[in-house]
Amino acid sequence: MTELAVRNRRAAAIAVLIALGMVALGFASVPLYRIFCQATGLNGTTSRVSEADVPKLASAATVMVRFDANVHPDLPWSFRPEKPLQQVHIGERNMAFFVAKNLSSRPITGRATFNVQPDQAGSWFKKIQCFCFTEQTLQPGEEVRMPVIFFVEPGMREDADAKDIQQITLSYTFYPVDSPAKGG
Amino acid sequence: MTDIAATPSEFHDAHAHHHDADHKPGFFARWFMSTNHKDIGTLYLIFAIFAGIIGGSISGLMRLELAEPGVQYLQGWAQFMGETNATMDQAYHLWNVLITSHGLIMIFFMVMPAMIGGFGNWFVPIMIGAPDMAFPRMNNISFWLLVPAFILLLGSSFVPGGTGNGAGTGWTMYPTLSTTGSQGPAVDMTILSMHLAGASSILGAINFITTIFNMRAPGMTLHKMPLFVWSVLVTAFLLLLALPVLAAAITMLLTDRNFGTAFYDASGGGDPVLYQHLFWFFGHPEVYIMILPGFGIVSQVIATFSRKPVFGYLGMAYAMVAIGVIGFIVWAHHMFTTGLSVNVKMYFTAATMVIAVPTGIKIFSWIATMWGGSITFKTPMLWALGFIFMFTIGGVTGVLLANGGVDDYMHDTYYVVAHFHYVLSLGAVFSLFAGFYYWFPKMSGRTYNELLGQLHFWIFFVGVNILFFPMHFLGMQGMPRRYPDYPDAYTYYNHLASIGYAIMAFSMAVFFVNLFWSLFAGRKAEANPWGEGATTLEWTLSSPPPFHQFETLPVIDSGSRH
Repeated sequence: MTELAVRNRRAAAIAVLIALGMVALGFASVPLYRIFCQATGLNGTTSRVSEADVPKLASAATVMVRFDANVHPDLPWSFRPEKPLQQVHIGERNMAFFVAKNLSSRPITGRATFNVQPDQAGSWFKKIQCFCFTEQTLQPGEEVRMPVIFFVEPGMREDADAKDIQQITLSYTFYPVDSPAKGG
Repeated sequence: MTDIAATPSEFHDAHAHHHDADHKPGFFARWFMSTNHKDIGTLYLIFAIFAGIIGGSISGLMRLELAEPGVQYLQGWAQFMGETNATMDQAYHLWNVLITSHGLIMIFFMVMPAMIGGFGNWFVPIMIGAPDMAFPRMNNISFWLLVPAFILLLGSSFVPGGTGNGAGTGWTMYPTLSTTGSQGPAVDMTILSMHLAGASSILGAINFITTIFNMRAPGMTLHKMPLFVWSVLVTAFLLLLALPVLAAAITMLLTDRNFGTAFYDASGGGDPVLYQHLFWFFGHPEVYIMILPGFGIVSQVIATFSRKPVFGYLGMAYAMVAIGVIGFIVWAHHMFTTGLSVNVKMYFTAATMVIAVPTGIKIFSWIATMWGGSITFKTPMLWALGFIFMFTIGGVTGVLLANGGVDDYMHDTYYVVAHFHYVLSLGAVFSLFAGFYYWFPKMSGRTYNELLGQLHFWIFFVGVNILFFPMHFLGMQGMPRRYPDYPDAYTYYNHLASIGYAIMAFSMAVFFVNLFWSLFAGRKAEANPWGEGATTLEWTLSSPPPFHQFETLPVIDSGSRH
């Protein structure tokens, strides 16, 4: 019977290890998922590239890029694109400006997240410079112009999922940092 | 099921010790500190019946509200639940609380405890010729973790959960509704309840795996185990691999809610869709966790009442293994509308359809088992046949829903509700009743009333089909899930479904009359009331079995393979 007890403990220990391994995998999925999205452009995740990656030759084909700006209700800012629409050549280096203004009478820090729609365009929309995930503090009444430098990769027209896309929307949303309305 | 009947002489010793083996502790020690697998199994079954009454009554409330267009009762119920002057928003929130509780109760506190904790505990040790589970005291913890989990879930309905009292997130608890959308302690209590229920199931799974691998009687090789034991083994592995992922996912939900993390919060760089991936990585194996033990039960019942060993034993066993393995790689078919690319949708569509192959092997093997058999249509057999019928309908609609393109239209409609109630409410529950009637004489030592049992089956069968079949039509016409109200055009089928519920509820009254009458006044059952078709080891013991069985291990004759 003691021999059985030893075997039972060994089997249980292995099972516990498997369960703990799956818990670890559950938590590890957070960075893995982020890496996966960045590698594949899943969920409209765009990728950051450097100036050197801009194609030497822009194509004659164009695509419409729409800029969309949103503000979380708890953030008393105004936030808008300077030009809501831009016809860009595929492969061409482009610049767009967003304007944010603090409408309140106190300094406030905000942080922007972004997304590209449709999702299939995510992997072809490359940003060289942007203001995503950096904290931005605005003094009362202060207004800033924030640039986004981007290009649409020529490969998009060969991608079966993305070749018919006529318009890409780049959407930014500013959230307050330390939002008072955080859940809990 | 293999032919593993042991010869009577091998049990002679066990019977000689009958009086020692039947010595039971006092009431409190026996039922509250129980380490006996049969007593814990009984506790699980009582718990599941109790939870089933609550979860089933909640669906009755929902069918009552849905019987007519408009919102008739919700406001009054919200007031009854403790909101003074409930607003319409609070009434709608109560609806969300009802659907959430119904789902969670039926899955975690009815089907799983009954299948795995109840029948698994009762019959896995006996069927493999073991005296008890490998870890009897851990078995006790598994059961008693469920009780606080259930209390937490029920209690959450009476504390603030955002718009009104209770957690109104749906059983899937998607953020951001479950994070910033539901302030107050209700969702925290629900998450904690899931943690406890999950821990209970993981401990149970470890216990089953150890028991089945280490405690089989001499001669009981893996390929001679009854199919019910196989089904519990596969289920235990699914639990062990899937539930920790749910635990991780809802722990992150908890820290997002309370400790300012942003795993699923887009404003902090997180992604709510990640939760859906994690949830369904657990959630899809979970549906097989609920149905696989049912497959096992149905295999035993069909073989017994056809008086034939089950057709294609190895194919049946490995079909369950295949279903378990494939179940882990199809999760995103629950997420076809989250913006997956066409290629990803094609993969998940194809992978999902592949599951129809091992499932088809099982269905056809059951039919082949009956073919040429000497069939008696006793109550358990009727439930098993009902199971095959219902599960096939649910399986066919499942193959339809597996199509990523079709699902864009069907997603979150009543068609989906009809589909998963055909496989769960009708599939899993029919197999539960099959098992309950099949093993009732063994567990209680008394026979049930055959007339009432058959009456229960036929009324239930008619009721649930009137209840769920019209939901296919409602879904095809575009009626969305999770709303307490609908346009007048959907009135006819909704009204019909509510009538179906009433019929089903009446059949449950028949069931409870039968249950109590049989428990107290039923005829004493012999060791094997089913005759020569019942070849598994539990039928070699008395009814009910002695408090401790197999003090001398039975030896399985190695010559009688299949």
